[in-house]
Amino acid sequence: MNEKELALSLRHVYSGYSDGGGRFGKKVRQEVLHDVTFDVRQGEILGLVGESGTGKSTLARTILGMVKPDQGEVVHYTKRPQMIFQDPYSSLNPFYSVEWTLEEPLRVYGKYGREERKRRVREMLERVELPPECLKAKPAALSGGQRQRVSIAAALLRRPRFLIADEPVSALDVTVQAQILDLLRALRKELALSYLFISHDLNVVYQLCDRVLVMKQGRIVEQGTAEAIFGHPQEDYTKQLLAAAE
Amino acid sequence: MKKRGNGFLAAGLLLAGTLAALVLLGMFWTPYDPNAMSAGPKFDSPSLAHLLGTDNFGRDIFSRVLQGAGTTVSIALAALAGGAVCGTAVGAVTGYCGGAADEVLMRLNDALTAFPSILLALVVISILGPGSRFHVTLALGLVFIPSFARVSRTAFAALRDVNYVKSARLMGAPGWRIVLVHILPNTLPVLLPALTIGFNNAVLAEASMSFLGIGVTPPEASLGYMLSEAQGMLFAAPWYAAGTGFAIVLLVFSVGLIGEGLRQRDGGVL
Repeated sequence: MNEKELALSLRHVYSGYSDGGGRFGKKVRQEVLHDVTFDVRQGEILGLVGESGTGKSTLARTILGMVKPDQGEVVHYTKRPQMIFQDPYSSLNPFYSVEWTLEEPLRVYGKYGREERKRRVREMLERVELPPECLKAKPAALSGGQRQRVSIAAALLRRPRFLIADEPVSALDVTVQAQILDLLRALRKELALSYLFISHDLNVVYQLCDRVLVMKQGRIVEQGTAEAIFGHPQEDYTKQLLAAAE
Repeated sequence: MKKRGNGFLAAGLLLAGTLAALVLLGMFWTPYDPNAMSAGPKFDSPSLAHLLGTDNFGRDIFSRVLQGAGTTVSIALAALAGGAVCGTAVGAVTGYCGGAADEVLMRLNDALTAFPSILLALVVISILGPGSRFHVTLALGLVFIPSFARVSRTAFAALRDVNYVKSARLMGAPGWRIVLVHILPNTLPVLLPALTIGFNNAVLAEASMSFLGIGVTPPEASLGYMLSEAQGMLFAAPWYAAGTGFAIVLLVFSVGLIGEGLRQRDGGVL
């Protein structure tokens, strides 16, 4: 495939995480991912499903460079990939107002003056459909859905083209879930984004994703379009997952 | 985090504020010269002219308490500030970075903690030389480093991998900014009560050291030194020991109230 059409590619990636527990702070390496290979195309929403504990989050951490892969390569074709976390209660700094949190990525970037930062923050707030009153609020005063919108806005302020969403709606109730999914869909169009959408909720994945990866014990066991995976699953594991979600 | 008014905090702030005002006043003005030996009555019992009476030299005890409290509080504050800044810095580095730096610094810390703090201060004083206000402050500051290092290390380690810190790292914030701007303010619910406890320990430690004769030297008054003076005239002028002791108790009590109030307000955040 033409590299210009790719957002991300992984080739034979083996990775894991280090756990304390060794003597004198020595880390013990836990292998989690085995020979993971896949591409994310520009503009697509790629779903990643699998039971908890199969290494979905380790995969996200490896892609973002928080964990170094033991083998294989992770190639980003876009700059500044960002991540949206599952728990909207811990992803915003409780000490600061929403405005501060949203300005921070631009402040760290350092190229914009105060006025320009405020302007961009207001514009992004509008994009994620939050009222301007939210700016002065502390995260504790916001609902889960509002917080998740703020997280999305914060992730998008530096204009990334690729976003990892790690269970972004599973902590929200169903109606709010639908709103956030709509928002993610709209933002993909407006800002030409690609997502890696990690979820254990197959219904959500079916609604949102173009293609789906099925992961089992650190391996990708099946991948294909959402229709193919949900309509004609090939692997037993995928069939089990689907049956369990009925 | 909703900030409820609570009785402990309000009462503590009120009492501490009043005491702070009195101590500040005592630095610039006292009813009598605290060190002037007067020809007036010695061992005078408390009266309107001498609120806490006079001592064996006819010095006004209230004036001496005001001035002594100033000495004690300023030594305690300076020692606390030094100890808290150094200790928090050590805790931030070890908690945030982990690894070898963590092991080495925290084992050193354990070694320091193994000594009773007053003994450690005694050792430092005997190395530096007694009788100097600066040496006392330095010794006490050193003694306070380990406890702050331990408390802040725990807080920093707990917040190191929180999602908002991960986000900050992803957006490319440098390490110092993450530690100082993103994590430090969120450790305040732990650090503030530790500061109030530390202040009280510093007041008591200064008083104990001066009581033992290794703190500030006469004629400079400090609450601890005055207590040891008062001991000799416990029966001739019981109001001396009572007034001085009560001043220490009030100081510690007011700051303790603030600490308890803060703990209740921010409880369970970390």
